[in-house]
Amino acid sequence: MLQRTVPIMILCLSGAVMVLAYFITSAVSWSETVNVWFNVLAAVAYVLGAGNLLTVNLEKISSQRPGWGYSAITLAAFFFMLTVGLFKIGAVPDPAHPTVHLAGDYETAASPYGWMYDWVFSPLTSTMFALLAFYVASAAFRAFRAKNIESILLLGTAFIILLAQTAAGMFLTGWIPEGSAFAFLRLDWMKIAITEYIQTAGMRAITIGIALGVAATSLRLILGIDKSYLPKGGGAA
Amino acid sequence: MSDSPLARLNNLDRRWIFLAMGLSIAIPILLKLRFPEYPGPMARATFNAVEAVPEGSTVLLSFDYDPASAAELQPMASALVHHCAARKLKIVFMALWPLGKKQADGTIDRVLKEFHPGYQYGTDYVQLGFQSGNEGVIKLMATNVPEQYKTDSSGTALTSLPLVAGVKDLSAFKLVASISAGYPGAKEWVQYGNGAMPEAFSIVGGSTGVQVSQLLPYYPKQMEGMLVAVKGAAEYEMLVEQKYPVAKPEVIGQGRVRMGPQLVAHLLMIALIVLGNLAMIAGRSRGGAR
Amino acid sequence: MTATTMQRSLTTTVAAALLVLSQPALAQAPEAATQDWIRTDRLPLLLVIVLVASAVAAAIALARSGRPVKIRRLAALDAVDEAIGRATEMGRSVLFVPGIQDMTDIQTVAGVTILGRVAKTAAEYDAKLEVPTCRSIVMSAARDAVRAAHFEAGRPETYTDANINYLTDEQFGYVAAVTGSMVRDKPAACFYMGAFYAESLLFAENGNSIGAIQIAGTAEPSQLPFFVAACDYTLIGEEFFAASAYLSGERDQLGSIQGQDLGKLFAAAVIVIGCALATAGIWIPKLAGGADALRKYFGG
Repeated sequence: MLQRTVPIMILCLSGAVMVLAYFITSAVSWSETVNVWFNVLAAVAYVLGAGNLLTVNLEKISSQRPGWGYSAITLAAFFFMLTVGLFKIGAVPDPAHPTVHLAGDYETAASPYGWMYDWVFSPLTSTMFALLAFYVASAAFRAFRAKNIESILLLGTAFIILLAQTAAGMFLTGWIPEGSAFAFLRLDWMKIAITEYIQTAGMRAITIGIALGVAATSLRLILGIDKSYLPKGGGAA
Repeated sequence: MSDSPLARLNNLDRRWIFLAMGLSIAIPILLKLRFPEYPGPMARATFNAVEAVPEGSTVLLSFDYDPASAAELQPMASALVHHCAARKLKIVFMALWPLGKKQADGTIDRVLKEFHPGYQYGTDYVQLGFQSGNEGVIKLMATNVPEQYKTDSSGTALTSLPLVAGVKDLSAFKLVASISAGYPGAKEWVQYGNGAMPEAFSIVGGSTGVQVSQLLPYYPKQMEGMLVAVKGAAEYEMLVEQKYPVAKPEVIGQGRVRMGPQLVAHLLMIALIVLGNLAMIAGRSRGGAR
Repeated sequence: MTATTMQRSLTTTVAAALLVLSQPALAQAPEAATQDWIRTDRLPLLLVIVLVASAVAAAIALARSGRPVKIRRLAALDAVDEAIGRATEMGRSVLFVPGIQDMTDIQTVAGVTILGRVAKTAAEYDAKLEVPTCRSIVMSAARDAVRAAHFEAGRPETYTDANINYLTDEQFGYVAAVTGSMVRDKPAACFYMGAFYAESLLFAENGNSIGAIQIAGTAEPSQLPFFVAACDYTLIGEEFFAASAYLSGERDQLGSIQGQDLGKLFAAAVIVIGCALATAGIWIPKLAGGADALRKYFGG
């Protein structure tokens, strides 16, 4: 019974405190306390995550499963960054405390940590983000087909925005005077009209629905109606 | 019955598309293709918002992005820092994203120290660094900045930095700018910063293209200016460099550099969409199975 | 313990806790009887919360009384069985990605509850379910949910921790790992349920390239278009939050979905009234004042 009752009570209490804190000024410190509790949990959970990472990759290396070399690289990178970051190896000494090694800033470009960030981490994350350009092109080729009225409208909108976001927009319609009766035919005007009115209206409608969905889900959880996150049966939680 | 060449495009290997996209980006960069930019109303509004801040005032720049979004946001960040320094504004840097601090440090090195060597740390600019807590940071800063940031990013007490020694809350800043890639970012600054003290300071924001629909409702009332994606950055750069030129335009001109590949890539996407539809029509007219 | 007794004890516990916790706060604010103890500028929001909560509670009560609850079919959820069955037939795995945020994000909570349902179906079909997570706490919650699902399906012996792992907190590091495993292992069914940002299209296009059936759900408005374009089925916004209740089939939970729709009706009514007042106010200035009053009251 305790396995299910205690989590429900914690959830109910924390949820009530967070809601009340929004309206009652003296309750604001309680919500900050709840946030601090979560931050403590999340910090401890890092240890759990690191332990799981080590377990999975070490097992792969020891059993020499296909791809174990990548696990070795993962662990080597993990320990390298952990070591140089924690112990500030190679950090530039702080002028105010030149003899205290740990007073140095480990993030400068000259330190191993800063070097890894500038020359390994930063290019890799930028590369992954840049993959989106390629995937957008293949998604557009495959998915943007004029099968019905809605998709034709989508296509038209896509053409307008794609052109208006570049110099082609001004080249094609920039000659139409801004104050004239035909100014609405300018691609930059159409882009603004589409983003400010049509897109914003649709987005607001979806956002209202999402907010209501969040409210209903939160109520189900706080009132204990939805208990699907709790352990069931005889398993250890 | 064999499919027409157009109908066969329905089964086009996506790697051809990837190759075409790669070439459409690489070739304009190598050929240094540039196109004229015409500043739109939002870029002009952002420029005017910074111009309206009196000389010598203090502004807060929040770097709420990481290296992944730097390609889209770094150009506007660099231009904004240069604009503020050219207007002789005092700049306080901070970050709501853990890696935003590194982005700010890089911008300080490349722009502030390069083009404004007279700027002194502690009196003209301060780097507060990253604080965890997302919108909680903004909420606390709205009423008590020293409670949120007791020291700057290198551990120096705020009380010993003349620029921020007397700062109590966000009303000490005449302008707050957030270069944001997501959550937390410009939207949280509007909701919790502007929401707490609506008339105390102006807010301008820079965001990625996908975020624009979430920020547009706040423009122009809560946000005086907004820069959207690389296009917004390119337009803003043009305005800044026209009035405050620099010796190395390539540092403040990266947004315009990226507009060349963007034009070619967008034209490629239009071509791909048209081809895809022609392939679909050809496949249907032949009675090809899909 | 019955449901009624539990709710009574919960209410009592909450009230007692609030009393205990309030002592230091009240001690710091001896003049709590004044208006300062409550944010009067947020009262309109409190009114909206009370209205929505009342609608949800009323709908739940009606559902409990035996009144039939009609919820429109959600194609994405009806396809869950089909997707997992397909994976079983092909002898390939099922991939479930619960988003990249922590358990503090309600989308992750919703994703993990859907994971429980999907895991139960996967256990019944004896399909291998892989759940790579971006946060350690999410990994723990996911393991609990999947373990519980296996027990519920009567297959506790088939549960293993090995398929639910923490990868990294770093967004694109996580994406690289998951997409790499998708290309190597080629799951036949991919579920993306939770909070996603830029990686949504990376997942969806990769899944498309390996021929997987893809079902996505998120409440991030900026990522919905990518999922809609690239996935077979998408749960849009509130459908995603309704999914857990829909899959449970429990009357209480289905009733809460109806309550949520009542809240939407209220929002639509306010919008229509406000737009009508603002439009009519062009010709009749008094009505423009009404629109301004609505805007100030609800807008803060």
